[in-house]
Amino acid sequence: MTTVAVEPEATRATRSAPATPIPFTRLASVELRKSFNTRSGFWLLASIAITALIATAATVAFAPNDELTYEAFATAIGFPMSVLLPVIAILSVTSEWSQRSGLTTFTLVPRRSRTILAKGVVAIGIAVSSMLVALAIGAIGNVVGSAIAGVDTTWNISAIEFSYIVLANTLGLLVGFMLGVLIRNSAAAIVGYFVYSFVLPTLSMLLASSQDWFKNLQPWVDFNYAQSALFNGSMTGEQWANLGVTSLVWLVLPMAVGLRMIMRSEVK
Amino acid sequence: MIKVESLTKRYGGFTAIDDVTFTARPGRVTGFLGPNGAGKSTTMRIMVGLTPATSGSAEVSGRRFADLPNPGLEVGVLLDASAQHAGRTGREILTIAQRTMGLPARRVDDMLDLVSLSKTEAGRRVGNYSLGMRQRLGIATALLGDPEVLILDEPANGLDPAGIRWMRDLLRGFADRGGTVLLSSHLLHEIEVIADDLVVIGEGRIVAQGTKAELLRSAGTLVRTPDVHLLATALTDSGLAHVPSAAAATADALRVEADRELVGKIALNAGVPLIELRAADGAGLEEMFLELTADTQPDQNPEGAAA
Repeated sequence: MTTVAVEPEATRATRSAPATPIPFTRLASVELRKSFNTRSGFWLLASIAITALIATAATVAFAPNDELTYEAFATAIGFPMSVLLPVIAILSVTSEWSQRSGLTTFTLVPRRSRTILAKGVVAIGIAVSSMLVALAIGAIGNVVGSAIAGVDTTWNISAIEFSYIVLANTLGLLVGFMLGVLIRNSAAAIVGYFVYSFVLPTLSMLLASSQDWFKNLQPWVDFNYAQSALFNGSMTGEQWANLGVTSLVWLVLPMAVGLRMIMRSEVK
Repeated sequence: MIKVESLTKRYGGFTAIDDVTFTARPGRVTGFLGPNGAGKSTTMRIMVGLTPATSGSAEVSGRRFADLPNPGLEVGVLLDASAQHAGRTGREILTIAQRTMGLPARRVDDMLDLVSLSKTEAGRRVGNYSLGMRQRLGIATALLGDPEVLILDEPANGLDPAGIRWMRDLLRGFADRGGTVLLSSHLLHEIEVIADDLVVIGEGRIVAQGTKAELLRSAGTLVRTPDVHLLATALTDSGLAHVPSAAAATADALRVEADRELVGKIALNAGVPLIELRAADGAGLEEMFLELTADTQPDQNPEGAAA
């Protein structure tokens, strides 16, 4: 009887030790792999580098010589990136539902919060590293561009300014991530992102220009307005407070609601 | 070992799963049988934590699925073979699972061999896979962590006859080595050939469960006659319960809750000629199942044949 009971165990060659919890680093590395290993994911990431190169080349070709500064390159590269990074963040979350791969993902890792956190960490990691790549591409462009134009190379972005830009782009990416978590549908979340970052700011601007009472309120209400201060290179205490308050309302709270919904929702 | 106790799932006013209780034991293949929409998939999703239950509990290997530290090593799950990112290759999908579980990379090749997906096929994106290939890939994913329990939702869908035979042998071997297999199907005959135990579900409730031998045991007598009406009257007069046999393809058959000899005598006394008189082996289960499916499958009745 005992030999019969033991035999099945003997065939389980891969079982060496009792199962231990899956470490977070492993989840993060898997999520990183998942953001590269589809055709769409790969080209989306590649497009960051590609648009950075195109933007740099365009700046070299078209910018007037006296405006051929590092800031000009950074601005040119920064715009496509500020659109692409949130889309990457959105898709990393929504594809689990839109492509239904979540059925496997959340069966292998039933604590969904761990997978979502791993996705968030990977998305931020991708954002920071792609901005470093963009920084390098812009620097090369600045050196080459000023050499071609025969003007002095101007390095007018400080480390602190760069870190503000990184922070601003990371916030944008987190907004995308939040919308992905909240909406869980690729197309709807991307539309939501454009409404969030292009339609709402315009409405807010119109309102501020026509209504005096709103003009003073705007920095405390308009998330984009509060973020735009980051691009000016210096932040006052009040501007930090504006950013904190608007982030809480427009980012942290909806993120909390979305996470709660993900924990309880049905994965089909 | 899978233990489901008093599981209930409601969506608003609709009860999808109603007080479902059953156990799938090690060393046995348990067939989870029911028509489409009976609640098989919902029950399985609750088991693996993808759908929260309204009440009741489901345990796998003595624990809630969500409490398993690395579930892939203990439970192999295949719920929907098509639920994969269409842009990923078969090999990538296995690699992701292999990495998540923390297994050696060679497991991926072992599994591809096991389910007979060639290197070329494994390198193609699953968007281009046939349903049969997706099922094979799904079974490979389920077996990757060398689990003790398998939960498979309609795994035979899309497989060709050779594939169905292959899977049957695979699951038989898995159970014979001490594993627990729960597989669902809406086809009685598919389940009949592989399962040791049966759990039959209809409209969210368990309508029958037990070993296949118990459920298929003779259930009365099947009798065919050209004069059904006369025989039915005679049987009623003798106080015997009878129903038109849904299992027989023709309308001239009755199933009677009595042994053959008694039914034969009654027919003789009533002067009704018989065409057939035999033990209704397994007919009870089949009839119950056909009754369950009659509402959901219009092609079961002749009028609906055009649909």
